[in-house]
Amino acid sequence: MTTIQACFQLDYGDFKLDVDLKLPGTGITVLFGHSGSGKTTLLRCIAGLQRAPQGKLEINGHVWQDSERDLFLPTHKRPLGYVFQEANLFPHLSVQDNLHYGLKRIKQNPGSVKLEQTLELLGISHLMQRMPEHLSGGERQRVAIARALALNPEVLLMDEPLASLDFKRKQEILPFLSRLHQQLDIPVLYVTHSQQEVAQLADTLVILEDGRALASGSLSETQSRLDVPLAQDREAATVWQATVAEHEADYHLTRVAFAGGSLSLPAVDAEVGTPLRVQIYARDVSIALEAPTATSILNVLPATITGIADGRDSQSVVLLRLPRMAEVSQSVGNRCDQVGNQTLLAYITRKSALMLGLQIGMAVYVQIKGTSILN
Amino acid sequence: MLTSADLDTLLLTGKIAGIATALMLLIGTPLAWWLTRTSSPFKGIINTLVALPLVLPPSVLGFYLLVLMGPAGPVGKLTVWLGLGTLPFTFAGLVVASVLYSIPFVVQPLQASFSSISEQALEAAATLRASPLDTFFSVVVPLAKPGFLSAAILGFAHTVGEFGVVLMVGGNIPDKTRVVSVQIYNHVEALEYSEAHWLAGCLLLFSFSVLLVLYTVLKTQPVAHPLK
Repeated sequence: MTTIQACFQLDYGDFKLDVDLKLPGTGITVLFGHSGSGKTTLLRCIAGLQRAPQGKLEINGHVWQDSERDLFLPTHKRPLGYVFQEANLFPHLSVQDNLHYGLKRIKQNPGSVKLEQTLELLGISHLMQRMPEHLSGGERQRVAIARALALNPEVLLMDEPLASLDFKRKQEILPFLSRLHQQLDIPVLYVTHSQQEVAQLADTLVILEDGRALASGSLSETQSRLDVPLAQDREAATVWQATVAEHEADYHLTRVAFAGGSLSLPAVDAEVGTPLRVQIYARDVSIALEAPTATSILNVLPATITGIADGRDSQSVVLLRLPRMAEVSQSVGNRCDQVGNQTLLAYITRKSALMLGLQIGMAVYVQIKGTSILN
Repeated sequence: MLTSADLDTLLLTGKIAGIATALMLLIGTPLAWWLTRTSSPFKGIINTLVALPLVLPPSVLGFYLLVLMGPAGPVGKLTVWLGLGTLPFTFAGLVVASVLYSIPFVVQPLQASFSSISEQALEAAATLRASPLDTFFSVVVPLAKPGFLSAAILGFAHTVGEFGVVLMVGGNIPDKTRVVSVQIYNHVEALEYSEAHWLAGCLLLFSFSVLLVLYTVLKTQPVAHPLK
């Protein structure tokens, strides 16, 4: 189900953009890359803020740009919402007038109910009469998000919306974004260079480098591609979609179920059935050839090796696939994994890999030393 | 005291400066916006032409205007052909000359003000469905309000203070082209120092108040930024 088709070629001499992407029409697609990778340029081309001489852009069947037919819809005619890195509120207008600026200019007004909901969701209802200069950075960015959403856009474009905020403010906004994620039914294109935001928000991940798309696909698929630098990074991790299955109050633990079994986590304050994102760093995963019988590690799972690559500093990155358990996978809504097979990355020393004789296709056991819950 | 003839010159000066200021804002706004945004090769030339009256002796500008707008000049031929007669020594001619003479004082504050508006604000407006023209009136104009105010004040004040151009283009015709600065000159020529004092005092007070407002209320930078 592809509803965003973006193909751009642009040449500034020292910088080239050359992408041809098909992106899903739901969920959050993160455009990830370092500065200079072209992720913001790509977003600006999609918004029409920058015009790629060669380009074709189709959103929900509507053509926004087609250089072959010399068609280019100017930004103000594109039904999109755009959130800038700096909130970019109009300094001469109050929060309320900022929110109404776009509303006044669209034909089908989505109505005040929709706006009320957005304000509620972002927690900014009490700020309406304030001027932007009297808002904190986090509040400003939330107003900017509401201002973009108020228009009922067909696609929401976000350019590093958290990059200009300090750690505390980031933590203040991320939960709002996660909530948005669950309630929005439009596709979101989200530019970031932060792996944390990728792990927390992405359904689909596009990795950009030097103006090209290195990889594009579902989060788990892209995260676990050994040929992409992400998997070889110190912070390499995989994210699993899971649901709260059971609380073990005595041990202060929570058991969560995912498409391949279950994991014990430090107690989570959430009701049974709540969907969670669990992030597992590759450095927290170790491999054993036989089921460890006496171990302090709670989370031991059977897995099959599907790939091995060299990581940094005489490390090996091992890609593993967990067998699917039919009875569990049915109860888990997995937006992230179309296949249902969970993949996992393990970061081990090259020496260990040699001594254990690890090879593709081998059945092994993985021990997960630590996990983090993302929402 | 001010004589009734003096009052007439004051009134005429105000009228000319008012009309000229309105025209300068009308012409200067799109011109300043274009100069701020364009990357056209003509930008340098246009900027120079706009700033030229700042450094040119007013009599030089007046002389060329007189020649251009006179019956033998191209502009004069055009106005005659249009049935408007020739412009020198008329109220309209004085307004045209004033506009040309004072326009840098309108365009430059506007340009400074426009260029301080971030590209991002304009882009935000575009993503909120505002067309470029809509963006200009709903974002640029309100954000450039101090620029418009100082442009209007400076343009008006500078027109009130002109002398050389008036003398060349307007002459000294009572109720038509005799403005305050010329009247003061007349008084001094006739050794009427007391009358000259009154009028000169009026202008001094006016100029002082105008600049005081600019620097204290609007917090504008000093005017000496012509070629910025």
